[in-house]
Formats: sequence, structure tokens, C-alpha cells
Amino acid sequence: MWDYTDKVREFFLNPKNIGEVENPDGVGDVGSIVCGDALRLTLRIDKETNRITDAKFQTFGCASAIASSSALTELIKGKTVDEALKVTNQDIADFLGGLPKEKMHCSVMGREALEAAVANYKGIPVTIEEEGKLVCKCFNVTEEKIRKVAIENHLTTVDEVTDFTKAGGGCGECKPEIEEILRDIWSLKTPEKPSAPKKLTNLQKIALIQEIIEREIRPGLQADGGDIELIDIDGNKVAVALRGMCTGCVMSGVTLEGIQSKLRELVSDGIVVEAQ
Amino acid sequence: MNTIYLDNNATTQVAPQVLEEMFPYLRDFYGNPSSMHTFGGQLHKKIEEARERVAQLLGAEPEEIIFTSCGTESDNTAIMSAAESFPQKKHIITTRVEHPAVLSFCKHLARKGYRITFLPVNNQGQLNIDDLIKVIADDTAVVSVMFANNEIGNIFPIHQVGEILRDRKVLFHTDAVQAVGKIPIDTKKLPVDMLSLSGHKLHAPKGIGALYVRKKTRFNPYLIGGHQEKGRRAGTENVASIIALGKACELAMKDIEKESAFLSRLRDKLEQALLKSSSDTRINGDVTSRLPNTSNISFEYVEGEAILLRLNEYGICASSGSACTSGSLEPSHVLRAIGVPFTAIHGSIRFSLSRYNTEEEIDKVIEIVPGIIKDLRMLSPFGRDKLSGTLKCP
Repeated sequence: MWDYTDKVREFFLNPKNIGEVENPDGVGDVGSIVCGDALRLTLRIDKETNRITDAKFQTFGCASAIASSSALTELIKGKTVDEALKVTNQDIADFLGGLPKEKMHCSVMGREALEAAVANYKGIPVTIEEEGKLVCKCFNVTEEKIRKVAIENHLTTVDEVTDFTKAGGGCGECKPEIEEILRDIWSLKTPEKPSAPKKLTNLQKIALIQEIIEREIRPGLQADGGDIELIDIDGNKVAVALRGMCTGCVMSGVTLEGIQSKLRELVSDGIVVEAQ
Repeated sequence: MNTIYLDNNATTQVAPQVLEEMFPYLRDFYGNPSSMHTFGGQLHKKIEEARERVAQLLGAEPEEIIFTSCGTESDNTAIMSAAESFPQKKHIITTRVEHPAVLSFCKHLARKGYRITFLPVNNQGQLNIDDLIKVIADDTAVVSVMFANNEIGNIFPIHQVGEILRDRKVLFHTDAVQAVGKIPIDTKKLPVDMLSLSGHKLHAPKGIGALYVRKKTRFNPYLIGGHQEKGRRAGTENVASIIALGKACELAMKDIEKESAFLSRLRDKLEQALLKSSSDTRINGDVTSRLPNTSNISFEYVEGEAILLRLNEYGICASSGSACTSGSLEPSHVLRAIGVPFTAIHGSIRFSLSRYNTEEEIDKVIEIVPGIIKDLRMLSPFGRDKLSGTLKCP
């Protein structure tokens, strides 16, 4: 169950400003029923003063979508259009005493509806959704939207982008692309792959394997009453003998595999461990 | 405010008789059944009694029952056991509508090199047997098909599937977590090799399950450790809960026919009333082959979480397949698999009843739901008159 604040609950159970303003001066339609949430914002705007005298909403969506929409109308009523445009999605969330992070996209939808309604009022035929490259095909999210929301909300991880825009929340195929966008925004370089371990001389390799067996492997085996002895190292082949309780133990195959993966991790990928 | 609990496919109330029966084993008889002293050792007998009761409900032999910690463990154990029993076989068949306990586990095995076939279902949620026959291969290690679906209540043709697999000598597991205790199951007649059940779905507490493994079926334990359950499931026995499960099975068996009739009557009453009182409402799933207690209804143009939270205000508990309730952004995989339109998935509500529901409760729900739907549709931009328009989204 979501941890909604009392204010979210209140604005969900008794939302303010439901419905449609008659003969609206600005209309903003965002989202779609198929994607799971949609919001229609209608505004009455005094043309002399550019002040929003009435705002109403209709929302298809969950409790936080309904509460966010209602909160938006409360926040912008009485403001001039320019003042209203300063209302961010964070302001909507703050007004409600916060939203669960997975639900932040509801506040973003509010902010988008506001922009769309103002654009409609100003006669700008812009629909953000149709512009820019489509990144998330499951939820129809463009690169432009991801950039905008990420910058406004200082998002640095893919999960955060999903919480705020839904992008990446479906099949997940676009996650690498989102990560790339985030890197570009915050001008981070692609982390370099850890440099391949330096080529070891045979002597260094033998010393390293000996050390790992002594330090990392023997203590664990001895704790169970077993032991291990290094017999020989020939190239990548490491011959060992299991002693004590390990002798004839049904789990010894598992133990050997564990030793092998440890040596592969710390010494070289090609190592093969064999029991004598 | 009284709670009206219609979410029994999620979990059920522990039956008072069950609680009574298990309680002494939490408070007084806390011994370990493996101990040499009487204080602990005597509990062994109680466990065997419980095993007999569980076996009886399934028409099984007591030694065919292994106690586990939950339905998920039973499912994982069954599939893993089959995989390990036939290490050369790398193919597993299941369906798209399984519980995550099977679905996610199969996906996990896919990452480990297994080939998994997820069989589709039709728009009633039913399997096409020919689809199954076509995909059975020489290296099929196991087929896992659920007995009944948790979301829509569909009952699968387990008998038919089992016969086909028996002819072809392929191991068959069924996740019967939602079916056991709700509909009669007789493993003497039913050709299944392994069957999972979970205590808390039939009025036992959470944290106890069982796996039926037919005699002579190859078996490999999942939990490895002590000798409990004859080496088939290690870990000190959850004595009180095992006793509870035994009692719950006994109770279920006693009244299974009567209860089924009672539940389907109440469920049908609820369903018919809701279909009638709200327009643009549909039933999801196969109404001709369904658990008696389950109803999955979609209310178009409204969103499930919103409906649930409004119901919550009246103490009515149900669940939804909507994306907003799943914790992910994706709506129910079951409703998508049976081709319910997205618009209807978002507004889907599952009511699942139990023997503890009353006619009065159902009447109350019938009275309250239409108002909530109407209210939310008034709020919705799609709910009034403009139902076309922006309906395009892949």
C-alpha cells in the first residue's frame, strides 16, 4: 500500500475544482487512458490582467494523480499566467506534503497539463509529446521530456527518471538510452572499464595463487574440518588436493568450483582448478 | 467500521478452530520434534497426523506430502527438483498467466540456460491443448500449469494436460495454491506428479505450505541440511503451523461442496448486481470454468487504485490489476495475456470471497460500489461523453 500523506488522501477523497470551465480560455490535455493516467485542465483567464480566474480538472488515474491535479488547480488559481508557469512539479508534490517517489510522475503530469493549457491560451500549437525522439515506447516518452524533467528535478539515475516520467518502466529496453541522456546532461564521462590486470609473469602468478589459497580459501575450509593443498601450477591449470573432511565429501565439487571462481576473479579468467 | 474482506485470493482469515488447535504448540509444546526427549519427540506424531489430514484433502498418501514454508517454496522446489532430476533436459513448459512464484522462477532458469516455453491463453484465459502438444520436446524436463488462476479464477484442464503428459512421460507440476480447499482435488484420479499448496489461502496462517510429490517421482530437495521430512526438505519443522495446516485441510474437506455452492451464489449475486448498476463494465476470465469465490470485473474509464482507495474508506478490501497498484508501471500480466484492453485493465477489480463473508456484506458492497464508480467517472475526462479521441498509445 502506498504511503500517502493526509493531504493526498484529502485531495483524493474530496478533490477541489472538478470538472470543466465553461468556454475555457486555455485547455491542456495530457496523458492517455491506455497509459493509465490522463488529465484535462481547463482555465479561465482574464485577458486584461492575464490572471487565471478559474481552473478545473478532470483526471483518469490513481489517487495521487487525482490529488496532484486538484492541487495544481489550487496552486494556480488567482495567479497570472507567468506566475503560474513558475509552479513546478515539485511545488505540486510539496503542496501535498510529498508524494511517494514512484508517484512523482503524477506531479509531472500536472505541470505538463499547465504548460499545455497556457500554450493553448497563447495560441501556440505545440504538443511536446510529438516532438523529439521517442525514447520509451511503452509510455510514449520523448528525449526532450526526459531531459526537461531530469534537469528540473536534478535526476541522476534511471530509476529516478522512471519515477518521474514512467520512461523505462515498461519493457525496460530504453534504460541504456536514458542512462546515456543522463550522462550527457550531467556531462559525465562513460565510466572506463577497469583496466585489464597487468600481465603477470609465471612467478608472480604462482605467488599470487599461493597467497590467495592461503589467505582466502584455506581458513574457510579449515573451519569445516577440511583443508587444501596446492600441488602444481601449469599455465592456467591449478592442481590441488582436498584434505581432511573435504576428502570424499559430496559437496567437494561445489567447493572446487568456488575456488576456481575465486581464482578467476582475482588472478586470471582462464584458470581451471582440478582436484588430484 | 467493520472490515468487509473480499481479498481472499491474497490471503485469508485464520479459522478460529485452526488458531485454537495450533496455539498450544506455540505456547506450551515448543520442543523440537527431532529431539530424543518426550517433550520434543512427541510432536513428531502431531506432524504425522497433520500430514494425514493434508493427504486426505488431496486423496494422497501421507508420505506424498512434504511440508514447506509457503506456496512459492513449493513451486520453486518442484521445478528445481525436476530440472535436477533430468540434468540433460533443458526445456520447461509453463503458461503466461502463472503466479510469479512459477513465472519469475522460470525466467530465472532461462538466464541459466534453460529454454522456457510460455504457453499463451485465449481471451477467456484458457489453454489450447494443441499448443501444448506441439511444444513438448524430447528434452522437456517438466511442465508447470497452474490449477486455477489467482487473478481471474480460471480453472485449467489439469486432468487433460496430465493425461497428455503421462502418455509422453513428461513430469507434470501444478500450482494449486488457489484451488486447494476451494474445489475438490483427488490425486488418485488426477494425473499430476507434483502439486503445490499454501496454508494461508485456506484459513491456515502464513508461512506454511506443502508440496505433493507422487510416489516414485524422482525428487531432489531444494533446502539442504537436516534430515527433516525424510531428507526432502531440511529445516526444523514449523510445528504449530503444520498442525494448523492439517486442521485447515480437515475443515475445508468437511464442507467443500456446501461452501462452494455458498460462495458461487454470493459471487454471482455480487457480479450480476455490479454489471447491472454500472454501465461499461465487464467480467474478465472464463465464467464457465472458474473458482467459486473469484470475480474479476473491469470498470471502464476509471482507475483501479482510485476505486480500491475509495472502497477502503468503507472498510471494503479488494485488489486490482491496474498498474498503479502493482508497484511497477505495468498492469497485470494475466489480464494482458487474456487480451483485456488496456482501458479495462486499469479499472479492473478482483473480489475474492471466503466462507466468512455474509449476505449482508455482499449487499453492502452492491450498495456502495456504483456510487464510487459514478463519482470517479465524473472526475475522469473519459467518463462523461468524450470516450473517443486521445485513445492512442501503443
